[in-house]
Amino acid sequence: MAQAAIELIGIDKSFGAVRANRDINLEIMRGTIHGIVGENGAGKSTLMSILYGFYQADSGEIRVGGQPASIKTPNDAIALGIGMVHQHFMLVDNFSVLENVILGAESDALLKKSIAKARSELERLEREYGLEVDPDAIIEELPVGLQQRVEILKALYRGAEILILDEPTGVLTPAEADHLFRILRQLKEQGKTIVLITHKLREIMAITDTVSVMRQGTMVATRETRKTTVEELAELMVGRRVLLRVEKGEAKAGGVKLAVKNLTVKDSRGVTMVDDVSFDIHAGEIVGIAGVAGNGQSELLEAISGIRHAVSGSVTLDGKPIDLTGAADPGELRERGLAHVPEDRHHVGLVLAFEENENSILGYQDDERYLKGPFLDIDAIRNDARDMIVKYDIRPADCRLKTANFSGGNQQKIVLAREMEQDPGVLIVGQPTRGVDVGAIEFIHKRLIAMRDQSKAVLVVSVELDEIRSLSDRILVMFAGRIVGERGPDATEGELGLLMAGVEHREAAE
Amino acid sequence: MSTPYAKLPAWADYVLIPLINLFVAFVVAGFVVILVGENPLRAAVVLVEGAFGRGQGIAFTLFYATTFIFSGLSVAVAAHCGLFNIGGEGQGYIAGLGIGIVCLAFDSVLPWWLTFPIAIVAAAAMGALWALIPAYLQAKRGSHIVITTIMFNFIAASVMVYALVGMLKPPGSMAPQTRTFLEGAQLPKLNWVIELFGAKIRSAPFNVSSLLALAMAFLVWALIWRTKLGYEMRTYGHSPKAARYAGISEIRIIIIAMMISGALAGMMALNPTMGDQHNVALEFVSGAGFVGIAVALMGRLHPVGIVLAAILFGMLYQGGAELAFEMPAISRDMIVIIQGLVILFAGALEHMFRPYVQALFASLSPKSVGMEAVKGKGA
Repeated sequence: MAQAAIELIGIDKSFGAVRANRDINLEIMRGTIHGIVGENGAGKSTLMSILYGFYQADSGEIRVGGQPASIKTPNDAIALGIGMVHQHFMLVDNFSVLENVILGAESDALLKKSIAKARSELERLEREYGLEVDPDAIIEELPVGLQQRVEILKALYRGAEILILDEPTGVLTPAEADHLFRILRQLKEQGKTIVLITHKLREIMAITDTVSVMRQGTMVATRETRKTTVEELAELMVGRRVLLRVEKGEAKAGGVKLAVKNLTVKDSRGVTMVDDVSFDIHAGEIVGIAGVAGNGQSELLEAISGIRHAVSGSVTLDGKPIDLTGAADPGELRERGLAHVPEDRHHVGLVLAFEENENSILGYQDDERYLKGPFLDIDAIRNDARDMIVKYDIRPADCRLKTANFSGGNQQKIVLAREMEQDPGVLIVGQPTRGVDVGAIEFIHKRLIAMRDQSKAVLVVSVELDEIRSLSDRILVMFAGRIVGERGPDATEGELGLLMAGVEHREAAE
Repeated sequence: MSTPYAKLPAWADYVLIPLINLFVAFVVAGFVVILVGENPLRAAVVLVEGAFGRGQGIAFTLFYATTFIFSGLSVAVAAHCGLFNIGGEGQGYIAGLGIGIVCLAFDSVLPWWLTFPIAIVAAAAMGALWALIPAYLQAKRGSHIVITTIMFNFIAASVMVYALVGMLKPPGSMAPQTRTFLEGAQLPKLNWVIELFGAKIRSAPFNVSSLLALAMAFLVWALIWRTKLGYEMRTYGHSPKAARYAGISEIRIIIIAMMISGALAGMMALNPTMGDQHNVALEFVSGAGFVGIAVALMGRLHPVGIVLAAILFGMLYQGGAELAFEMPAISRDMIVIIQGLVILFAGALEHMFRPYVQALFASLSPKSVGMEAVKGKGA
């Protein structure tokens, strides 16, 4: 019988009025991979932060290896053999791999000795776990998949027996994710215990031995992975039955609404982010752009929506050109029927400090409906905001509440409601469901399909391959700023994954 | 999970906490008074009585407060647009040039109620113009507005010295100031308002520009929260990226916000020149532009808060003068110390006492902070 590596008994944690964790009991067996799933805000990260010493539980007990443990700081956690790989890497970009690994674990005032010792230790770890990374490579020059390996090596170097990974696959291609899973299995075989926090149910099914589901701060169930299903887990997470794949009919594609030709965009450093991209979007279809984050999708969206200037190329909306090289004005594009749900709703799509109703006109503040001369027509604005709240089921239903106080899913609904209610001809959506919980995803997908069925042209950019595949009528794959392939909605994940990793592209170039 | 602070009732947020901060600032100031060997309680009594004890004091307090309302509003308008205008001092000073020219030109031909509007326009225009250059440099070239507005304070000071020892000075005079304005450029006093309540005033400079200050406070409120322009300024102030997304021109909004801010700073020059001294002299702004920063912070960038904070600082100025007179061991610098402490506790350490107040509220009435009723001993 396996022994428990970690036991959490009756953990409670409140932040002000919010009870992030209530009476959590959890047993994680040694030498297993244990998944923890839950919607955003279910309390997964809080629980792991308590285990890793970032927060202190209000009450309850932690036992590590059967012994009661007091974990007040991350250093206590490390001393007990707990290591954590964060969602956002905690690496110094301009340091080498070796320097990052010994950071905080330097044993001497002079670095020379520590480095020599670390190098041999690191090489041993790399061999043992198949975690090859050049110890002298500079972090910022490594792809994200390798950066993540450095994070894992950092934890192992500090003697971690228990490894917590927080949403590790968010930034990886499918191939990189597979490689990560191989590494995790290898670690498991060597007797390490792995805690995997994720909201991707397929990963849970693929790799974990046991899975625990959290909802609204409580631990609602723990299951043996092979005895459960994706459907059951989704239902446990949300508390009701969820449609994981949207139902949709055939697309009835009409004429070209938006035509992009030879578009090239550079970022502020002068690096070419979008490289000679061309495609059309027709009325009545959803075109999805798949790709690993950072391959130019963001810049493409920004250029089309007039936020970023393009270097060359053309974009036409309803046959008329958009001025891309100088004075492209997002306000003017809105008037021409191009609505944009930006990727970053916290800094771009919303002003979090505003009341909800103030955000419901962001970008449409020039619209006569909302104005009386130079003054805002407060009544009209609030009435419209209330209508949207009802129509899009935004909760809490209070248009005077500060936007920061809405959950991620409801914030996204505020943006979607605003952009969709203007009845645009073309809707551009970046990461429609990033940080949005399962229940709201279903709602947002249905709305996007409804837009398509009203003969609107919809462009969706998402790093979630599942989302792209279930929404799109055509899928374009972006890699290194180029569109490297177009596929139908029935393309397999493996096929898209290879394109996203640039495999076919490279072969074609050779 | 996202907000570390529980909610407090609005009155605690906007009244109780500022009062606690203020109280602590005075307690610490009291220790400084003890250090110089005086009785802090008596000092406090002298200060408050000096400011509010007699009609004379009240009139002076309100006179000072008037200038601070203008400069506080100026800082607040820029701050709502995410810009830190610390050039109010220079914008107010240079506005004296416009006021001087208008008053010298018209005071012999027009009554005050015609000179005044012209002078308002001139003061606002000069202030706005002085803010325009830093604004343009920020908007077009990214030169930091804090640096450029500070530099423009120095330039304004030099320009005013040049003007006051040159063209504005009457020939033959040795003082670097304009001649005394005639009646056509002297603002009527409002001391009679205080006398309505039975107080006696010998002479005090409390004048009609105070009404202009209150009108501006209302207009700033309407601008920020009720107009499209204010909406755009707030959007840019909170998130330049969101403003870009919403089609708001960065260049346009920075320039407009700074010019409004500069115009308000310019108007503060009306009070000491046309309202009090009846001339334009060297250094007549005497730091009021900088006090505006503290007033705006303490007033939480809201016109109502700014009016209240301006009265508080007016009280410190007036009461402080009395204090220095009554208790020679305490110099005028003491007032600067108290001001500094008020800024420290009300601005920089604004949230220092918040957790304690919250804990208190949570234990007294959990509902008021939005918490479920506490079961048993857990909480």
